[in-house]
Amino acid sequence: MKAISDLNLPEDVRYTDDHEWAKKTGDIVRMGISDYAQDQLGDIVFVELPAVGGTFDKGEEFGTVESVKAVSELYMPIGGEVTAINETLADEPERVNSDPYNGGWMMDIKAGDPAELNALKSRAAYLEMLKG
Amino acid sequence: MRYLPHTQKDIQQMLQVVGAADLDALFSSIPDDCCRKEEMNLPEPLTEWELNAHMDNLAAGMGASPAYKVFMGAGSYHHYIPEIIRQLLLRSEFFTAYTPYQPEISQGTLQTIYEYQTLVTRLLGMDVANASMYDGASGLAEALLMAIRVSRRKKVAVSRAVHPLYRKVVETYLAPTDFEVVTLPVGADGRTDLSGLKDLGELAGVALQSPNFFGCIEELEAAGKTIHADEKTLFVTAFSEPLAYGLLKHPGACGADIACGEGQSFGIPQSFGGPGLGMFAAKQKYVRAMPGRLIGKTVDRDGKTGFVLTLATREQHIRREKATSNICSNQGLCATASTMYMAAMGGTGIRKLSRLNRDRAEYLRASLAKAGFASPFKAPTFNEFVVRFPKGFADTWQTLLEKKIVAGLCLAPYYPELSDCWLMCVTETISKNEIDTLVKEVTQ
Amino acid sequence: MKEKMGTTGLIFNEPLLWEKGSTGRTGLSLPRRDVDEAPLDDALVGEGPDFPDLSELDVVRHFTKLSQWNFGVDSGMYPLGSCTMKYNPKTNERQASIPGFSGAHPLLPESLSQGALALMHDLQCYLGEITGLPAVTLQPAAGSQGELTGMLIFSAFHKHEGRARTKVLIPDTAHGTNPASAALCGFKAVPVKSGENGILSPESVAALMDEDTAGIMITNPNTLGLFEDNIRKVTEIVHNKGGLVYGDGANMNAIMGIVDNCDIGVDVLHLNLHKTFSTPHGGGGPGSGPVCVTPEMEPFLPVPRVVKEGDTYRLDEEYPLSVGKVHAFFGNFGILIRTYGYILSMGKRLKQVSRYAVLNANYIKESLKGDYHLPYDRPCMHECVFTDKYQQEYHVATLDIAKRLMDHGYHPPTIYFPLVVSGAIMIEPTESESKETLDRFIDAMKQIAEEARDCPDCLHEAPRFPKVRRLDETAAARKPCLQG
Repeated sequence: MKAISDLNLPEDVRYTDDHEWAKKTGDIVRMGISDYAQDQLGDIVFVELPAVGGTFDKGEEFGTVESVKAVSELYMPIGGEVTAINETLADEPERVNSDPYNGGWMMDIKAGDPAELNALKSRAAYLEMLKG
Repeated sequence: MRYLPHTQKDIQQMLQVVGAADLDALFSSIPDDCCRKEEMNLPEPLTEWELNAHMDNLAAGMGASPAYKVFMGAGSYHHYIPEIIRQLLLRSEFFTAYTPYQPEISQGTLQTIYEYQTLVTRLLGMDVANASMYDGASGLAEALLMAIRVSRRKKVAVSRAVHPLYRKVVETYLAPTDFEVVTLPVGADGRTDLSGLKDLGELAGVALQSPNFFGCIEELEAAGKTIHADEKTLFVTAFSEPLAYGLLKHPGACGADIACGEGQSFGIPQSFGGPGLGMFAAKQKYVRAMPGRLIGKTVDRDGKTGFVLTLATREQHIRREKATSNICSNQGLCATASTMYMAAMGGTGIRKLSRLNRDRAEYLRASLAKAGFASPFKAPTFNEFVVRFPKGFADTWQTLLEKKIVAGLCLAPYYPELSDCWLMCVTETISKNEIDTLVKEVTQ
Repeated sequence: MKEKMGTTGLIFNEPLLWEKGSTGRTGLSLPRRDVDEAPLDDALVGEGPDFPDLSELDVVRHFTKLSQWNFGVDSGMYPLGSCTMKYNPKTNERQASIPGFSGAHPLLPESLSQGALALMHDLQCYLGEITGLPAVTLQPAAGSQGELTGMLIFSAFHKHEGRARTKVLIPDTAHGTNPASAALCGFKAVPVKSGENGILSPESVAALMDEDTAGIMITNPNTLGLFEDNIRKVTEIVHNKGGLVYGDGANMNAIMGIVDNCDIGVDVLHLNLHKTFSTPHGGGGPGSGPVCVTPEMEPFLPVPRVVKEGDTYRLDEEYPLSVGKVHAFFGNFGILIRTYGYILSMGKRLKQVSRYAVLNANYIKESLKGDYHLPYDRPCMHECVFTDKYQQEYHVATLDIAKRLMDHGYHPPTIYFPLVVSGAIMIEPTESESKETLDRFIDAMKQIAEEARDCPDCLHEAPRFPKVRRLDETAAARKPCLQG
């Protein structure tokens, strides 16, 4: 397991209490799991994502991410409609480990209420949470 | 006592290391009000020789095969078990090993169960099989729960021709949930009547058994098409006699989504109903929704092929309350026995043995028909079939017990409309002569 | 330093069954054909399965070789915590294979099943006596099915009382089957945090117990090998709000003849016959999970029940409040025979079994506590829990210690369970192991602790001797290959 100081935590994304990241680009919010989460889980073997078009509320469980020894639920960082999922994860779930913020992205959401994104943590706040 | 190696000297030395005055001191931290006041009231322990005599005595009055000619199936079948299986199974490395959580020293168990999974997929024509469930009944219950999970619907339909005791277990499993079980009627020919299926609304799954409880071979292919008219409904096929698939078209060829049933016929003694073997297989796309253990092939760090438990995140020890099932064990030794049996029987052997079972049963069926005792059902059967007997047969049946013949299973407790019918079964262990004797006796 | 018990030896590679054989071979003696072939509609006939054709010797060699890759209780000490890997008496096999039992159809008329019914009836009585809970069902086919039965009883009881309850309290030390079984019955599993001392505190239970909670599931002794000292207070709290207490009896080997489960407030308890009662583990089953309950809970037990009338035994279905059926017939009768034989062989000595099991575990605990970190330094019951804390500075983890133990000739203990202890190593020796065996095991563990300091790579590279080295479980899960 990495030490907290070694974790990759980009400035340009927001973080949730459940160790997910969310990044707004125009209308769409892209999400995935943080470097801390992938490090804790270990080698990812499977990512279960919903079908495109589904809608979920903020905080609702929408999928799971599995490693050999553990499984974690995935929760909506904000509410909205699923507009795209990262299909490459079906064959290469390891991308979540090697590149959690880019190649390992999980889902694109059309935000129901864009203000919900502001309620998420900044890098600094997330770091505080990890340390505490 | 030969299982307890501790001598007084051992105990004294160990107590010294532990720092306890005596054995009682080891339990001193248990609060007084939790301690048992009286000794356990159990019989005087028996020596090995006394135990043998006692058990032989207890077993003496049992109406067991082959001493008795038992013409019953109904989910428990008497088949010959080759001596090699008995001896190979007793190899203590198989027998006394635990779940293969440490794969490096469990490759024997792991390869055997991988072979089991493979042979089961070939037998049933399915994509993937698990390491087994407890028995055919609980396997069916789990299959329906799986259909409910996958389809996200709440209603299942089960044919009345599915084994009545399996249906009782299904009811028990579904009782505390808000899922509904509907029973499908049996047609005049002894097969399930699916004509009312579309009126049942959105179904998670439909379960048929083939050969069914009456021994009748269901038209699975046609049933599959009818059921899949609703794409979301899963087609679950059950069985209690896997030997049938040495001869009949397998569930996979008929469009089954899940195939589950009782594997006791394959190298496992009847043993008054347990342990059994819940064979369970499904289509590839449902693998992550499957209950039970799964063994997978992989390589070790030297590149050598090896086997491990895999996809364990579905299971209770990781997923806990969100697991696909609460099952923790499989029927390891029974699955091992059935693998040895399938290996000994072989592809050529199973076809021959399967045919012989059916042909012997057909011979009894034809002989009884000739003697005036016909089947109420027209559908073709495998090694079991229903016969209607005249009033008074119950007495004949009782008398035949004294001649060490159990002439079938009375259907009255299970199907009131068939209270004058008996379910007859013949396997390869009952000879033509013994069949002739039965016919003679009932014709008297 | 003594010679390691694990050594190298000649074992054999062996292909998969379908990589062997030749069409036309057989390993089965086909019975003589004495009837004609009967016609069958072609539309129903299939091709038959693609099984390999093997000779009898092909089959014998195959499984003989495979068995040599395995480690069983008969091979050496198998200290898996919470599994009770005690010796499986061979006489049990003799009893289970008596033709009168092994060849018996479950639906034989009662007049021809008296022996089996008598055995089941008496076994029920013995298990009732041992646990203190007199009403018993032998039907569940495994411990987790026993738990399901217990949860069904909870559900039926509360429904009968006219109020459906939705929650069940489950300690964080519980085995994974506990919440899974509760969930199967539609209950929400509410976790209860254990105290600093590793056991449940009455306050934490009281804080969560309410009239929407069906009850609590407790393992006693718990999975840390500690006796739940506060259990009477806990059960009282639960009962006061109309709840029930479920006992997970997996750790029964520590308390036979010592604790009365009824007295301490348990209403429903399951046993694992393949743990406490010496039936073989068989590479993962079959087990058997009888459920013992108080007289108040008796009406809810599964049917049929074995009853005695005068000198005869029969099966009775007339229990309108029964939860139903969990097994097609009566449970794993073949396993019940072995348990019955074991109990008849031991009698009151079952109390000695528990006393020696606890002695063995404490002996290991005291002997190794300098070499391995002991999170709860207090008397343990039949198992003890260490962690890898002292070895972490050498970058050696619990997993490495376990893998190296194989090279030393032992099956590793349970690792990474219970979840509340990081890097847990749970050792349960059972009463079967002699002092010499324990001393050699302790020696091996001490050697490994030294190796962790002086040669950590010896552990990272372990195991070296078994047929395969560490396996790639990630690849197995990413691209599952589940049949050949």
